[in-house]
Amino acid sequence: MLLDQKFGSGGVVVTKVDDILNWARLSSLFPMGFGIACCAIEMMSAYASGYDLDRFGVLPRSSPRQSDLMIVAGTVTFKMADRIKRLFEQMPEPRYVISMGSCSNCGGPYWEHGYHVVKGVDRIIPVDVYVPGCPPRPEALIGGIMKLQEKIRQESLMEPTALKKILDKKKPQVV
Amino acid sequence: MQFLEIKSLLIEKFGEGIVLSENSFYTQSQLQISPEKIVEVCFFLRDTDQLYFDYMTCLTGMDNGPEKKTMEVLYHLYSIPYNHSIVLRVETNRENPEVPTISNIWRTADWHEREAYDMFGIKFTNHPDLRRILLPADWEGFPLRKDYLEQEYYHGIKVKY
Repeated sequence: MLLDQKFGSGGVVVTKVDDILNWARLSSLFPMGFGIACCAIEMMSAYASGYDLDRFGVLPRSSPRQSDLMIVAGTVTFKMADRIKRLFEQMPEPRYVISMGSCSNCGGPYWEHGYHVVKGVDRIIPVDVYVPGCPPRPEALIGGIMKLQEKIRQESLMEPTALKKILDKKKPQVV
Repeated sequence: MQFLEIKSLLIEKFGEGIVLSENSFYTQSQLQISPEKIVEVCFFLRDTDQLYFDYMTCLTGMDNGPEKKTMEVLYHLYSIPYNHSIVLRVETNRENPEVPTISNIWRTADWHEREAYDMFGIKFTNHPDLRRILLPADWEGFPLRKDYLEQEYYHGIKVKY
């Protein structure tokens, strides 16, 4: 994108609205500051000076109303499931979810005998990026965030008309 | 004080019938006490000067399965000044497991008993606040029982993988 380059002439940049909005959004992802198990230790390490997520514009916010990204870092128990769903609903749109680690991806080591573990956080909230690992290293989480940035870069403000066309075709004809 | 000395003190105080059985197979020897007598025995162990069991280390629930039809509660007691310990065992039935609380003797037993109730459904009579401690309040069944089957759905979420 043109915005990544340095401009010598004037202060004027010509770009698309989509591009500048996406660029602004993906460069300031504010995750909600919460972690639920050992993955949160790796997540904190990624925030801290060694890996420094701040250079991606990623810094944790302490309220769901100020954040647009939820990193589900840890084992989601059934007791926690209601709370996570509620926190997700409190986040303003557009909002994204990164599922970090085996537990929140699919139940992880608890998949067979863990009566208390939700077998994947995608059973309660929609997930954008899954980060595998048990727990994933900070590099893996950073990889997940960059994957999400790629996803946001593809977004558009345009009305999704393609889907509407398909749905219209499938409508039964009234004679 | 050694295990046999503690045992003889108990027999001296409560009579021969107080020890239902004895197990010295494990590193820590166990004494089986009847559920009716456990509160008195615990008070005695705590309040007698030469015993002075001032610390209840652990309280564990146990399910022996539908074949044996029994449940157990294990009490690990320890005396900090004397550095001696003892394990008491109480057996109850499986249909309606009831054991009197010892949370009025050692305050720490309160949450231990709540956990045993949460996992095994053992009712501790006279407990001040007997409700689940780890699982959600509306959870069905007691997960550490041998014949436990988890519910199919919890709040609309499928439980099985």
